[in-house]
Amino acid sequence: MATIKNLQQQLELINHNPDADCDRELSGCYIGDLLSWVMAHAFSGCVWITIMSNINVAAVASLTDAACVIMAEGVQPDQDLLDRVKRDDIALFTSPLSVYEIAIKVHDVLNA
Amino acid sequence: MDKIHLQYNVDGEDFTLAGEASSDVRRVLRKLGFDGDTIRRAAICMYEGEINMVIHASGGVIDVYIDPDSIEIIMADTGPGIADIEKAWQEGYTTASQTVRDLGFGAGMGLPNMKRYSDFIDIETELGKGTTVKMIIKTRS
Repeated sequence: MATIKNLQQQLELINHNPDADCDRELSGCYIGDLLSWVMAHAFSGCVWITIMSNINVAAVASLTDAACVIMAEGVQPDQDLLDRVKRDDIALFTSPLSVYEIAIKVHDVLNA
Repeated sequence: MDKIHLQYNVDGEDFTLAGEASSDVRRVLRKLGFDGDTIRRAAICMYEGEINMVIHASGGVIDVYIDPDSIEIIMADTGPGIADIEKAWQEGYTTASQTVRDLGFGAGMGLPNMKRYSDFIDIETELGKGTTVKMIIKTRS
């Protein structure tokens, strides 16, 4: 089963929380920006791809038990979010790729 | 297990704290050994309520009562009240500001999510006085 570490290497993701556990296994992928929608549909162990960058991303990731968050399209996390993911041990990555391009690569990693 | 009572004061001014109470309840439920589905439903219900308190009501007080077969969440605020409760139950209906929407909230999914993931929900609201939401999440395993 693919891990966060596999994903980071294959997608050349930039890691914004090096202390987070990257050996966790991935169960699938969820994509969304409306936080209430993500809250209701993301699932434990998923890779969550979003373009949201505020602190509430950390709460949603933690409450849904997502394995990691990938912020797409070159979006950068704000300082509040960086502080919170470090405090709550959430794996947070960024990528310059589009959501679509990331999704394809995530699919490849999950099915490798 | 005796019934456990947790209480949280939600700060209505600080968006950065939204979700803290929900996260804490999730931690407690995990420690107590509740199953993943129950924890998830309780977390969603409470988070939506917490966000509503911050967006609409300048905060409030949340009481959570935990016993082995159910989690009861009572959220009380002294905000403006809900003007049209029938509409508030509809998916996509929102009175949130653009600023709030830019943060990823205000999709009109709050009450619908709370209804979907709880086993019981009751809302008492009075314009100018406030709103109290009571939800019960039952364990299914």
